[in-house]
Amino acid sequence: MLIKQAPDIRSSEITPERVYRNRREFIRTASGAVAGAMAAGAAFGPEAGRVEAQEPIPNLLKSPFSTDEALNSFEDITTYNNFYEFGLDKGDPARYAHEMTIDPWSVRVEGEMNKPAADVPLETLLRPHPLEERIYRLRCVEAWSMVVPWVGFPLGDLIKRFEPTSRARYVRFETLYRPSEMRGQRGRSLDWPYVEGLRMDEAMHPLTILAVGVYGKTLLNQQGAPLRLVVPWKYGFKSIKSIVRIQFVEDQPRNSWNVAIPNEYGFYSNVNPEVNHPRWSQASERRIGSFFRIRTQMFNGYADQVASLYDGMDLRRYY
Amino acid sequence: MSVRRVKPWVFVACLVPLGMLVWRAFTGDLSANPIEFITHRTGDWTLRFLLIALAVTPARRLFGWSWAAGFRRMLGLFAFFYALLHFSTYLVLDFFFAFDLILDDIVERRYVTAGFAGFVLLVPLAVTSTNAMIRRLGGERWRRLHRLAYVAAVAGVVHYLWLVKIDIRPPLAYAAVLALLLGVRLWFRLRPRLVAEAGRGAVRPRVASQESAP
Repeated sequence: MLIKQAPDIRSSEITPERVYRNRREFIRTASGAVAGAMAAGAAFGPEAGRVEAQEPIPNLLKSPFSTDEALNSFEDITTYNNFYEFGLDKGDPARYAHEMTIDPWSVRVEGEMNKPAADVPLETLLRPHPLEERIYRLRCVEAWSMVVPWVGFPLGDLIKRFEPTSRARYVRFETLYRPSEMRGQRGRSLDWPYVEGLRMDEAMHPLTILAVGVYGKTLLNQQGAPLRLVVPWKYGFKSIKSIVRIQFVEDQPRNSWNVAIPNEYGFYSNVNPEVNHPRWSQASERRIGSFFRIRTQMFNGYADQVASLYDGMDLRRYY
Repeated sequence: MSVRRVKPWVFVACLVPLGMLVWRAFTGDLSANPIEFITHRTGDWTLRFLLIALAVTPARRLFGWSWAAGFRRMLGLFAFFYALLHFSTYLVLDFFFAFDLILDDIVERRYVTAGFAGFVLLVPLAVTSTNAMIRRLGGERWRRLHRLAYVAAVAGVVHYLWLVKIDIRPPLAYAAVLALLLGVRLWFRLRPRLVAEAGRGAVRPRVASQESAP
């Protein structure tokens, strides 16, 4: 059904030679890789597209922000997903996300910025950005975690291109809303479309990336293809998937989980073992694929890089 | 139908959910998070067996299925069996005896408190399930003790309701079945009194007593 890949094979070990020898063109940036993936997906049809749309992205840059912890297998990463647009069960996204069309794809960029608002085709949006591999811990608010080798680029680099004004204090994101292809949106588990947001300094932080791939290949739909956010020090639901709108706004946006259950999910949602979810503990987590529970780290282990963003803030109040 | 002859088959059928888990374990089909998968499945089956066992008496009274009583003890013990598997999964597989975390969980997390309470309530029922114990306690005392099964079922449903992230429909389905079963018993308990009062011309039905009907 899905590509199985041994968890110990690093993308860095499998991509280079074989791949660019066979490539029709040299692809280094996101636009090329994603365009290639879309062409492949179209050629093989939507069913085969589930797997065939996975296009290798060669020549990735390494990042000093990557962890050297053991990676979760490709199968874990692509079969155990929370993506309520396709259903509430963690197997639902792998089952149904192929029903979503991701070609063509454009992102509406608008709001408090000097550049005019525009519907930017994905290729145009990605073209200038060199891609890096970022191996991050991902901590879900449900107290499980994974280590994922993302492929992406800093969100901050993209933001700068649109020249947000001083009134732009937050960045608001929206996921695609298309109930005909996203069966979970036909129910009312959450208010659709899914909305997330970051404070401008969080969005500009070098750890915050937009991801287009995983394991050296383009994202599968269940992972939020073709473009998703990854904010490694926040609970997973902050990392919004399949983004179609990026807005620079003055007021703090209401994110979907906060709208749904305000006393349980806040705007910040930083990983914090000391601030429990009202109904369950956040002190420990299960790393998918390993037996023992591990203690959850402050800011998911990224405290050195991001703690200063929240100096003087009461993290119990701003959960 | 001979209860004696059917019983072994029912026994085997009650082991099917466990068999399915073992099969999935051998074929590597327990999802990316096997411990969560096992926890959820054993929890589901605990509630299902509790409700099935609690349905025996209402079924007997409503439909005259007197043979069903012959399966009640076995069904109840299977509820306990799956509860034990569920709790052991939590204790051993999930937390691996990390008692500091477990204690914190039981005290602080209301869904764990409810689930743990339900499990603890089932223990005396399992222990007193033998014929010898029924004799020792005497029928009436034994029956009164075993009404705790309802309390345990309520605790189990509440446990489920408090732990789901957003979709409360599955726990509400269990709650609805449980309410129905309780309602049937209450009806049989109150009906004679209501009929009598109606006969005397009293309009206002009396409020249900706290004690549930056997």
